[in-house]
Order: sequence, then structure tokens, then C-alpha cells
Amino acid sequence: MRSAALFLDAEAPVAIDAEEPTRRDFIILAANAFVAVGGAVALWPFIDQMNPDAGALALASIEVDISPVKVGQAITVLWRGKPVFIRHRTPEEIAAAKAVDVAELRDDSARNDALPETTPATDENRTKKGHEEWIVMVGICTHLGCIPKGQALGDKRGDYGGWLCPCHGSHYDTAGRIRKGPAPRNLEVPVYEFLTDTKLKIG
Amino acid sequence: MALHASTYEPKTRFGKWMDERLPIGRLMHTQFVDFPTPRNLNYWWTFGGILTFFLVAQIVTGVVLAMHYQPSAAEAFDSVEAIRRDVNYGWLMRNLHAVGASMFFLAAYIHIFRGLYYGSYKSPREVLWIIGVLIFLTMMATAFMGYSLPWGQMSFWAVTVITNLFSSLDSIYKGLGTAIVEWLWGGYAVSGVTLNRFYSLHYLLPFVIAGLVGLHLWALHLVGQNSPTGLDIKTPADAVPMHPYATSKDAVGMFAFLILFAWFVFFLPDYLGHPDNYTPANPMVTPPHIVPEWYFLPYYAILRAIPSKLFGVIAMFSSIAVLFFVPWLDTSRVRSTKYRPIYRWFFWLFVFTCLALGYLGSKPPEETYVFWARIFTAYYFAHFLIVLPIVGLLEKPRPLPGSITEAVLGKGAAAPPAPARATAAAKVKV
Repeated sequence: MRSAALFLDAEAPVAIDAEEPTRRDFIILAANAFVAVGGAVALWPFIDQMNPDAGALALASIEVDISPVKVGQAITVLWRGKPVFIRHRTPEEIAAAKAVDVAELRDDSARNDALPETTPATDENRTKKGHEEWIVMVGICTHLGCIPKGQALGDKRGDYGGWLCPCHGSHYDTAGRIRKGPAPRNLEVPVYEFLTDTKLKIG
Repeated sequence: MALHASTYEPKTRFGKWMDERLPIGRLMHTQFVDFPTPRNLNYWWTFGGILTFFLVAQIVTGVVLAMHYQPSAAEAFDSVEAIRRDVNYGWLMRNLHAVGASMFFLAAYIHIFRGLYYGSYKSPREVLWIIGVLIFLTMMATAFMGYSLPWGQMSFWAVTVITNLFSSLDSIYKGLGTAIVEWLWGGYAVSGVTLNRFYSLHYLLPFVIAGLVGLHLWALHLVGQNSPTGLDIKTPADAVPMHPYATSKDAVGMFAFLILFAWFVFFLPDYLGHPDNYTPANPMVTPPHIVPEWYFLPYYAILRAIPSKLFGVIAMFSSIAVLFFVPWLDTSRVRSTKYRPIYRWFFWLFVFTCLALGYLGSKPPEETYVFWARIFTAYYFAHFLIVLPIVGLLEKPRPLPGSITEAVLGKGAAAPPAPARATAAAKVKV
């Protein structure tokens, strides 16, 4: 076995480095690569276990009866653990929302999950045709996740009459679009549909 | 440590800067790269590394399980089921942890028997050995509390039986045992309150073990490793640097052991447990046949072999406590059983005794089994208290080799000129 001879010769300078890669070089490289790839593969379950499981991911949808919500009133329902704002807007609020020039908005995307991201943030694109009096949005401020005020009748609604986030002062208009303050995006409109005129299915 | 000159030389500027402030790189290099290991270590010496791996693996999978587990009587059982069925890779985490506990004990038992066979507890390694026994005790406490967490029938009744061991103190001082047991339970019976505190301690104790392992390694690296000959490293020729020699051998042993581990994890995850533990805990009904996990069976057999509550408990605890005194009970001047022609037979008889007690512990407490459990319990203690002191005095050991090198290369072979010093060896490519 030549390996033994070389080991005994260890003190002498063994200048093999510059030569052809040896069988041992290959074995060391292969073993290390095996351990590195195996380690990376074994790491994934430890990361993935923190992701939402299949039960949480399953598309959960809810049905909401909106018949008791009178003009000017709003309700908040819980959908996938998040508050969803449903407001029955007054004609003045609708008119104010429609009067806004989209070009002036900080975020010109409708942020409507049912529409492409490039859809302009007009009031029409953030509501359902024929149901413009209803606005349905995820009630989570796009700044740092607080729930804006404006759902209850006595709440401060900010400079644009929509919603005002109490945490860092983001003002949303009556179509839930960001107008003032630190939030970067309009409130998200979830996928929803009207099953009847008074029944809503969210998700 | 005269043989042990560090060759550590920081290569980067940051390395030099750090070396003058917190020489952790030097410590690691000195203790785990250059560290001289006997050149004749066999595969039984790879279990220290395997045990370290399992401690880390149990902590990592345990931290993961703690993210999903609910330590309450109402939710514990269901949350374990949710881990197995719903949590992403939860089945894997749970199997790794549950099977990992068994593998941890298997490796620990091999490690302990190796120490007993090669006399690794003898001077100057007494403290090293004692710390090892403390680690073993802490492992037992951790495993016991961990077993309670799924809150199935076996969990519940294991907690009931083991905590009730302390009630035997009532026969020494009236009310003492009961007071201790109620203190452990946090009530008049085992309940969710008990589960909650066991969960807290089950999370704490592994870190106590980690600290003890640090001390164990410190004591080991101060005096150096024992070897199959039981001889100390006398010349540089007797040793090779830990890396790459011992580390690569450790890796081979570790991968072999991990194959066994993986086989159980993927194909027989419940083989080492009991089906009864998939029945939710019921304080009104004890399962017909209650036994502990396999790694506690020998102690359980000892407990049942003694027909007295107090003395059964004392015998069970003594079976571990006696290990603390082994360094002083063994009177032999020779460490390794390889050179002890008489003791060698007793050693294997002792191994057989432990296996037999394990088998008997798994059987119902009926006449024949109890009879044999008594015989083997008697030998278990006789081995330590009679055989170890007396055989050591009477026995004439076989002649020892002059050195570790001589044991490896034979008497004729003159010690070759420093066969594998760290610096030279690291550059050799074959």
C-alpha cells in the first residue's frame, strides 16, 4: 500500500500539490459535496415547518349577510384571521371618491386582488359594478399593519373622510386609497362576489 | 499536555486581531484539530461524537416541536396528533425527536459499557466519569418528562408511577413522601398542572446536559483520551492529531449509526413506543400492562424484584448511584479489560445481566420473571460491590505492550520517526 509509505514520509516535503488530482482529492471533494448537499436538503424541513400548513392555506371563504348595514354604516368581519371592512357608502362619499384624479394618487394601482396590479386606482376598479355603494377591503394599514379607524360612527376618519390609521397617521379616502401619511399602498381589495344583493362571499 | 503544542497560526488580519482578544479560534484548533488522540482508537470511541450529535439534534427538533405543541391537559394529545398530521414535516420532526431519544440512550449505553470495558473511569479520569454519570441521570430525567408530554395513557401512568416512587418516603417519616409527591404534582393527583411544569423542565434540562457535556469535554481534554490498551500517550508517536484522523473515523461511525436512526425514523417510527400511548390520558383507567420505554426496563425490573416498596425504590436508585463509586470499587492496576483474563468473563456476564434485566422488565410481574429478576438484580450489585474489588486484587493481568505504538505496530517495529505530526500530515496527499 503506497499510502502507508507516504504517511511515514510525512516530514519530507511531498510536492504532489501541483500534480494531477489524486484519487484521494476526488474522495474528499465528493464526501464534502455529499455532506453539503445533504445538509442543505435536511435544512428545508426545519424551515418549512414554520410555514402555514395545508389547513391554514386551504382557501377559506366566508359568506356575509349585509342586509342590516344601512347607508353610512360599516361592519368589520374576520376573514382568514384578518379584519375585512365592509362600508355602505353615502352618495356624497361615492361622489368624492369618483372625483379624484388617479394621476394625483400616491398609489395608482387599484390593489384589487381580482384585477391585474396595473389596473388604475379608480373608484370603479375598487368596487363592483352595480354595487358601487359597497366598498370591501382588508382593514390592515399598508404601513405597519395596524387597523385604521373609521368603521364606527364616532371614529375620526382623517382628512379625506375615509379611514385614519391611529398608529402613524395614514389617511385613506372613501375608496380606501392612501392620500396622506407614511403608508405606501392603497388598502387591499380581496376577491369577493355578490351572491345576492344582500349576501357577500369573500375569498 | 507537554506533547500538545498548538500549531495554531491565525491567517487573516481579523483572525490575528481576534486571537488577541478572544482566542476562540485557537481554543477550537488546539482542542479539536491538533488535539493528540491515541493512534489505536477503535470504533467504540466514536460514540462520544455520536452522543454530541444527538444532544444537538434533540435540542433542534425539540425547539421545533415546542413551536407547535400545547402543554395543557386539554390540548396536548391533539397538538401532538396535529404535529404528526398537519404541520409541514411535523411527522418528520416528531419521529426524529421520539426515535432520537431512543438512539441517544442506545449510544449512551454503548458509551458507558465501553468506558467500563476499557477502564476509562480509572485515575486520572474519575471526575470525567462522575460527570458522565451526572449527564446520564439528567438524560433520564429529561427523557422521562419528555415521555409525559404526548399525554397518552402511557405518558399519564408513567408520570403517576414514577412520581409515586417518592411516596415510599412515607415509611421513613410519616407524610414526607406524600408532601413531596403533591409538590411534584401541584395537586392531589397527576393533572395538567403537572404536565405544564414537566414541559418547562423538559425544555430546561437539555441545556443543563449541554453544560455538563462542556465539563465532560474539559475533563477529557485535560487528561487525554483513554485507549483500547489503557495506556497513556507517552511519545508523539503514540498519537495522531484529532483532525483529520479521529474526526474522519468519527464520521464513519456516525454515518453508520445515522443509517440505523434513519431506518427507525422512516420505517419503524412507533416500533420503540407503545400503542397505548395513542389513547388519550384517562385518570380513571390504568392500561392492563404498563411498562416504561425500553431504555428504562432494567431499572424497572430491579424495582419490581424487591418485595418492599421502600427498598425497591432504594435498589432502583442505587443501581445508578453505584456507578459513581466505580473508580474506587475497581482495584485493578490495569485499565483495559483486554489484559484482564478473569474480569473479562465477569464483564460479559454483567452485559448479559443488564440485557436480561431489560427483558424481564418488559414482562408482566409474574412468578418466573420475578424470580429471575431477583437473581440478576443480585448479580448486578454483586458485580460492582464484590467482583470489581476482589477480582482486581486476585487477578494476574496479561503483560501490557510497552506503548500504544508497540500495540499497533508490534514489538519489532521501532517507533517510526514521528509518523504523523499535525503539520506534516495535513499536507500529505495519497
